[in-house]
Amino acid sequence: MKDKMFEILKSIPDMEKKLREIRDVLLTNLVMLGEIPSPTFQEQSRMNFLVHRFNQYNLLNCSTDEIGNGLGILPGKSGDRNILLVAHMDSEYDDKADHTISIQPNSVTGPGVADNALGLAVIASLPYILEKLNIELNSNLILMGSARSLGAGNLEGIRFFLDNTDINISTGLSVEGVRLGRLSNSAIGMARCEVHYWVPEGYDWTQFGAVGSIVTLNEFINRILEIPIPTRPATSIVFSSIESGRGYSKVSTEAELKFEIQSESEEMVEQLLQQINSIAIEIATKTAARVVVKELSRRKPGGIDFSHPLVTNARKIMETMDIKPRITPSMSELSAFIDAGIPALTIGISSLETASKTAESVKIDPMYKGLAQLISLLVAIDKGYCDEN
Amino acid sequence: MKIDKWIKENTFHHSAFEDLDKLVKEKEKQNLKISLCIPTLNEEKTIGKEIVLFNSELMTRYPLLDEIAVIDSGSIDNTLEVARSFGADTYLASDILPNLDNKKGKGENLWKAIYQLKGDIIVYIDADIKNIHPRFVYGLLAPLIYNKKTKYVKAFYDRPLAFSEGIRPSGGGRVTEILIRPLFSLFFPELSAIIQPLSGEYAVRREVLEKLSFPIGYGVETAHLLDIYREYGMDAFAQTDLDQRVHRNQETMSLGKMSFGILQTFLHRMKSYGMMTDIPELSTILRQFQAHDDVFESIEQEIVEEERPPMITIPEYLKKRGNK
Ligand SMILES: Nc1nc2c(ncn2[C@@H]2O[C@H](COP(=O)(O)OP(=O)(O)OP(=O)(O)O)[C@@H](O)[C@H]2O)c(=O)[nH]1
Ligand SMILES: [Mg+2]
Repeated sequence: MKDKMFEILKSIPDMEKKLREIRDVLLTNLVMLGEIPSPTFQEQSRMNFLVHRFNQYNLLNCSTDEIGNGLGILPGKSGDRNILLVAHMDSEYDDKADHTISIQPNSVTGPGVADNALGLAVIASLPYILEKLNIELNSNLILMGSARSLGAGNLEGIRFFLDNTDINISTGLSVEGVRLGRLSNSAIGMARCEVHYWVPEGYDWTQFGAVGSIVTLNEFINRILEIPIPTRPATSIVFSSIESGRGYSKVSTEAELKFEIQSESEEMVEQLLQQINSIAIEIATKTAARVVVKELSRRKPGGIDFSHPLVTNARKIMETMDIKPRITPSMSELSAFIDAGIPALTIGISSLETASKTAESVKIDPMYKGLAQLISLLVAIDKGYCDEN
Repeated sequence: MKIDKWIKENTFHHSAFEDLDKLVKEKEKQNLKISLCIPTLNEEKTIGKEIVLFNSELMTRYPLLDEIAVIDSGSIDNTLEVARSFGADTYLASDILPNLDNKKGKGENLWKAIYQLKGDIIVYIDADIKNIHPRFVYGLLAPLIYNKKTKYVKAFYDRPLAFSEGIRPSGGGRVTEILIRPLFSLFFPELSAIIQPLSGEYAVRREVLEKLSFPIGYGVETAHLLDIYREYGMDAFAQTDLDQRVHRNQETMSLGKMSFGILQTFLHRMKSYGMMTDIPELSTILRQFQAHDDVFESIEQEIVEEERPPMITIPEYLKKRGNK
């Protein structure tokens, strides 16, 4: 039997060639979106531009919601199925940073171009691109720039949408600027925690072990490091920030530590969290100070199987194009899809220009492959080839 | 007052012209051709973005521009390669009208654009703008397209007029505020209504351009304003607020050179207008000082503001246009 993907795979080289003609539209969207500062929780200006673009392309339901996501729907011929394409709008750079982007013949450079102005530019350009390629899908394509994704945003935008929409979404694709070849079908489990240490009023400094917050937190960290971490299921503890003290002469009385437990196994996350909690209690009793471990958020590991047709077809597409798939678990929007029980993938569009060390710089040439891969996959999803039977 | 009336009627904000469908329709109705000219000298960092944005927004999406041309003064970096790779028409200024003797300067490129480009309107945009945006072009073109009487539209930046949080200075450059504005106020008070007379971004009708003589260096913008004012009066002008413009900052020494060139242009015009008769032969040497520890080193530099005559007096031009 002939592979039903055959027609799609066959059309890829031609599509890649045609995509070169839309370069300027994609780069323009990349510049215009990327030069609008968009730190997490302050994505509104970038979102306004995105929705304005959606309006220019006559998408339906061009709108925002109470979290500040930007949305537009490209209606399909039959509309039997809804595919959600999402790229996060927020970036790591605050609004004071110089957001100037520069375009060179082979690369685009500027803060946040890779993460994730390029992903967002793809979403913004897609209606135009599909029109240029004469591709009309049967499915409705929901295009979304998600707000409050990174850091403390904790995927609030995409979660809000998935929790509250009454559209029945069949498949999700999360688009990241880099790297081409990225293929994430599963998310790792995670618990994001904050440890607060403080000395209560009327604390007895003469008591044994009363050394203040820095030393105590140090001990706490050492104790965590003593916990044996398995290599399988892959697990790690990431210490991400620490704050304490106010200068000289005084013993510090407060401290805060942020860390993340990551593991492929949900049980392992839970087990480590319990262990860390009992270390905290032990230290608290020993020093009579207060130590509280607060769990800020938890993500379940999960995702579709490696043998799911969405994954196998994505790999087929990549392999046809000589893209080496790099299967990595994802921490991003994918988790939200997984929690909502929607089959989904994260894919990347281009590669980083390694020559530049300071600024974020993405290569232009791989973008055509990145787009061709995304669009071929969309067509496969649209035709139902990626459904599990 | 007359100046206030002019400001009120001829000063715009780019946001008034955001409807590009409407603008293009009006352009097509008048059967206008529009050329964009970007003069360059070593601008490889910024030129790519300018061309990509103008190309995709103002040619592909909205056919407002009929050509995008980069006219270069002999860059030693990759300006022309970058520009070409993004699809601009690229020219070396010295290759245009090659039978004329060679002169170097931004004004030279602007002048040669009149010969080389085909537009009924030419819009000039500097290449060193970091925050380039399509508004820089459509904001300058719209007043010409919507009003037949307008001949020359000048850019200004940062909100200068009454502002909700109080009044702010106009954001004109140092040379504008220290030299040009006082000069205009003394001799051509009406021209002081132009908020940023030295801005490098403007759009002009060919019928006006071809009759202007062009200083090849720093004096070109000043000369335009004076000559157009004298010929057509204030009604020929409009100005558009393009919000912020981010570009590199000049050192005081180079502002000195700029002022020296501009003053030459200004005084020559005063003489030819008969407004000042007893001007002696002007020296062309500018002396500046540089301090090294406690030694002051004097630097002399010759700055001659040469001028190109009106394009309409160049036989090659008449031939080329006549053949059309
Ligand atoms: N200075 C200079 N600029 C040239 C020349 N030829 C083309 N240009 C271009 O003319 C534009 C303006 O040049 P600038 O040096 O920025 O002069 P300016 O705009 O008067 O000065 P700024 O206020 O610093 O921007 C830029 O796009 C230059 O690349 C030349 O011979 N000399
Ligand atoms: Mg300049």
